[in-house]
Amino acid sequence: MSDVHSLERDLLAAIANAGDEAALEEVRVSALGKKGSISELLKTLGGMNAEDRKQKGPLINGLRDKVSGAIAARKSELALAALNARLQAERVDVTLPARPEPRGSIHPVSQVLDEITAIFADLGFAVAEGPDVEFDDYNFTKLNIPPDHPARQMHDTFYLAPQADDSQHLLRTHTSPVQVRTMLKQKPPIRVIAPGRTYRVDSDATHTPMFHQLEALVIDEQTNLGHLKWVVEEFCKAFFEIDTVELRARPSFFPFTEPSVEWDMRCDRSGGQTIFGTGHDWLELGGSGMVNPHVLEMCGIDPSRYQGFAFGFGLDRMAMLKYGAPDLRPFFESDIRWLRHFGFAALDIPTLDGGLSR
Amino acid sequence: MKFTLSWLKDHLETNADVQTIAAKLTAIGLEVESVEDRGAALREFTVAHVVSAEKHPNADKLKLCMVDTGSDIVQVVCGAPNARTGMKAVFAKPGVTMPGTTDVLKVGTIRGVESRGMLCSEKELQISDEHDGIIELAPGAEIGALAADALGLNDPVIDVSITPNRGDATSVYGIARDLAAAGLGSLKNGSVEQIKGQFPSPRAVALKFADGEVKACTMFSGRYIRGVKNRPSPQWVQDRLRAVGLRPISALVDVTNLISLDRGRPLHVFDADKLTGNICARMARVGEELLALDGKTYTLDSTMCVIADEKAVQGIAGIMGGELSSCADETVNVFVESAMFDAKSIAATGRKLGIISDARYRFERGVDPAFVVSGVELATKLILEFCGGEPSDVVVTGELPAPNKTIAFTPAAVKRLAGLEVDRPEIVRILESLGFTVEGGEPMQVTAPSWRHDVDGPADLVEEVVRIHGLEHVPSLPMTRTHAIARPTLTPGQKRARIARRTLASRGFNETINFSFISRAHAALFGGGDDMRQVANPIASDLDAMRPSVLPSLLAAAARNQARGVSEAMLFEMGATFQSGMPGDQALCASAIRMGAAARHWSKAEHGADAFDAKGDMLAVLETAMGAPMTAPIRAEAPSWYHPGRSGTLALGTKVLGQFGELHPAVLAAFDLKGPVCGFEVFMDAIPEPKSKGKARAVFAPSAFQPVERDFAFLLDRDVSAEDVLKAARSVDRTLIDAISVFDLYEGKGVPEGKKSLAIAVRLQPKDKTLTDAEIDTIAAKIVGAVAKATGGTLRS
Repeated sequence: MSDVHSLERDLLAAIANAGDEAALEEVRVSALGKKGSISELLKTLGGMNAEDRKQKGPLINGLRDKVSGAIAARKSELALAALNARLQAERVDVTLPARPEPRGSIHPVSQVLDEITAIFADLGFAVAEGPDVEFDDYNFTKLNIPPDHPARQMHDTFYLAPQADDSQHLLRTHTSPVQVRTMLKQKPPIRVIAPGRTYRVDSDATHTPMFHQLEALVIDEQTNLGHLKWVVEEFCKAFFEIDTVELRARPSFFPFTEPSVEWDMRCDRSGGQTIFGTGHDWLELGGSGMVNPHVLEMCGIDPSRYQGFAFGFGLDRMAMLKYGAPDLRPFFESDIRWLRHFGFAALDIPTLDGGLSR
Repeated sequence: MKFTLSWLKDHLETNADVQTIAAKLTAIGLEVESVEDRGAALREFTVAHVVSAEKHPNADKLKLCMVDTGSDIVQVVCGAPNARTGMKAVFAKPGVTMPGTTDVLKVGTIRGVESRGMLCSEKELQISDEHDGIIELAPGAEIGALAADALGLNDPVIDVSITPNRGDATSVYGIARDLAAAGLGSLKNGSVEQIKGQFPSPRAVALKFADGEVKACTMFSGRYIRGVKNRPSPQWVQDRLRAVGLRPISALVDVTNLISLDRGRPLHVFDADKLTGNICARMARVGEELLALDGKTYTLDSTMCVIADEKAVQGIAGIMGGELSSCADETVNVFVESAMFDAKSIAATGRKLGIISDARYRFERGVDPAFVVSGVELATKLILEFCGGEPSDVVVTGELPAPNKTIAFTPAAVKRLAGLEVDRPEIVRILESLGFTVEGGEPMQVTAPSWRHDVDGPADLVEEVVRIHGLEHVPSLPMTRTHAIARPTLTPGQKRARIARRTLASRGFNETINFSFISRAHAALFGGGDDMRQVANPIASDLDAMRPSVLPSLLAAAARNQARGVSEAMLFEMGATFQSGMPGDQALCASAIRMGAAARHWSKAEHGADAFDAKGDMLAVLETAMGAPMTAPIRAEAPSWYHPGRSGTLALGTKVLGQFGELHPAVLAAFDLKGPVCGFEVFMDAIPEPKSKGKARAVFAPSAFQPVERDFAFLLDRDVSAEDVLKAARSVDRTLIDAISVFDLYEGKGVPEGKKSLAIAVRLQPKDKTLTDAEIDTIAAKIVGAVAKATGGTLRS
């Protein structure tokens, strides 16, 4: 039986030495092929007597199993080595840059509008909209600014070419005509904000002929200046994302409100950047007041029963203040460098639960 | 409106300092723009007496002065031609810092002579540009005292901005009244003494308005004063006028400016010898001209009120007097005019003529109609005091307006509108101290004083009470929540716009916001530029047309970026476009452009922005906005600003939802833009609203059977559209065919001239059993047949 043992030794050595799958296949054929050495040995079992077969059968079969096992093991070893070699060959320079993805952005005015919309939605304010080209009546007259009222001069209005009947439409000078439209079509209670483009004949470092305003309007049976104060306070806290604000109210004049109030917020400009909520400076927020009874009346709302407040501020200005953009003009110049610098990622959607900004 | 602290104290008895006063002014609605303490920079300058001024031993133009500073006699070299023995001058001793500089004065030697200080000019003190000589102080100035006092500069100047409703606060007296009401002191008696006329006025006054004309002047009063001697005003008048930025001219002119500022009462003083006959207020006749005091000649029309004598217009009513009848040094007889003009008329005239004057400023805001004659009396008093003379009787025509209406007012109104509790006595005190009359019980009957034409209802009275009582007392009152948990507030359209914006940003576009007006030439390229969309008064000639499309705004923006060296840009805007000049005739449009090739990269071939980029962008916007896949077909047509062969339109019926393509090279050339540029326009308002099907999704029923995919390559005429092939294939079996994609398009070698090869992959998804080979072959044959029938295409072998 020494030849079985030596055959086993030879075959296992040949398997271990097979350097690739072809060499291994050669060894397999030489051992387990039709004329292979093990196959030949197996054939001899048929001619043996029972005694010999009983003795040699397990030996030869054992040899066969051992060798096939060794071949299978060697085969996967070789496959792994071949894979490893291929993977080594496939090495790339992973420091090369990834495929470029253009990085889009949301304009700060849109972003700030989404922030403000979220804040006011929590207080139940819907978003009202109106056209940029307006009737003189809605932009002025119904807001208690009759023709020749000196307040019209504060507005520097853009007019469109005269119509056939000589009337002239205009580009709204404020978003207040949206309030007029809302009051004309909706019965109180009313809670809306009206954001949008506004236009004035004005151009310098802090003025552009087009800019954005946002106004809020509340009409019901009990809302008063105290509620206005609370809303301005709460809005400022939420928008500027600070815990406390200190407001200063100044009496003012707008034809469409009575009493009229302008709001300033305490801030600190001593160090170049504006810090909100503390300091010795005052930041002008915007104008407001109780809706003038004449305006209510002209908009079909009974001033003896209903009252409410309106306030407005510059949307662009809010974006400038919160995000530290020093100049207004670049907001509308579409310089791609500015858009990327001051823009917001598409998925940075302001929410109250996640915070308005990062 | 500027005034000085001492001027305010003429009318207000107060111990408050300037900072307290300024804070209170802002708190009551007279917003302080600035408080200027002009004396602050002059603290180290003193009054000195020039004991002697003799020629410098070594220089012809210099003088050697011995100066008494009050503590010393020092030697000063001075180059001023007006330096002379005996004068009082402003002295700066060595060590003093010169205003507006960091220069510190040192002891110097000038032409061999020591100089221990300096005698100063106005320019050196930075109080004017005057540098011809040193300041000569009044002979009575106290030696050693502060120069600022002697110069009348130790009087802070307060500048307040007056809202257009507060004509009464365009005067120092009116401001003092507000401050007194707000508890900052007591208002002094401002009554004006009547001066008895010595003779009848040789000039009559009249209001000459025809029926149907605007009565732009309702009251006209005046007085003749003879034998005056015009001369410079007293120093205190000059100091005051200078302090508030006015140039003193002569006593007769300065008196009118002084009263205008002090009482808000504009006046005019004519040189009566330059007038012909009587004086009237009337509307100008078309074409009448006036050489006004500003040296300009104005051509007037019949909407403008004027003051005229029997020969010519002598003044533009309430705005500016005429040069030819103005007072001069030799003026002997004057006529003082005080009239009541209509605010709107004055405003319109001022605007038309482009004249801004202190008189117009006040008349526009409304002057006190009850002070017309008092204005004449006050002017008389000052003219007699400064210039002497003899006054005539006062002449007056016209009448006072009806007194202000009485307003029924309850303290509860303050609580109702302002949320603020103010008790009745305090309300009465505030109103009365502002000049209101308060009578009766509940409700009280309140009448506004003649100078408060802006008050006409309870809300105005609430404002008066609140601003004087203090806005800071208004409590902060939480608003009620409309719902325990806030409801959504955006409309479907607003939600669509928001998601479309963020979709474009996520695809790599930078959002822009551009002006709604563009140049007319650019507008014309996009179907606009007509008269009805023209801005009548554009701020710039290239911003004169309401834009018909957002694309021209984006192209102009791209061109600006390209000019800065940016070769690739992806820009979008969500904004209004205008179909006409009518309110409401506008549409919200989402529009974007891609300029240049996608970024160069080592891993891929460059590819210029093309129609398929734009189509994909457009579909992305439409599909996210709709929340559903867009299945409507694309039509190979688009407006003229697109490349005619590389653009398309997507419409539902006749409603165009969007259009896309490469921009027409001629359009790009008009923007000086190097292409290629592709873009799209989506009309947000045209997008159908999603049908509400409830929140639950349809039943999820995936097939249990294997899908089968078969590829087909068709040989087609070049102009057959892919859409036609897909439509034909899809029509074969709408339930079994799950998806079709185009995976290859080839023209060239191996494909005959004029033909193309289009390869599609059709995916079959059986629902109830596995497909047999025979069934698959049948469908495949049907697809080939349908495509052949629809397009004439054959299966490529």
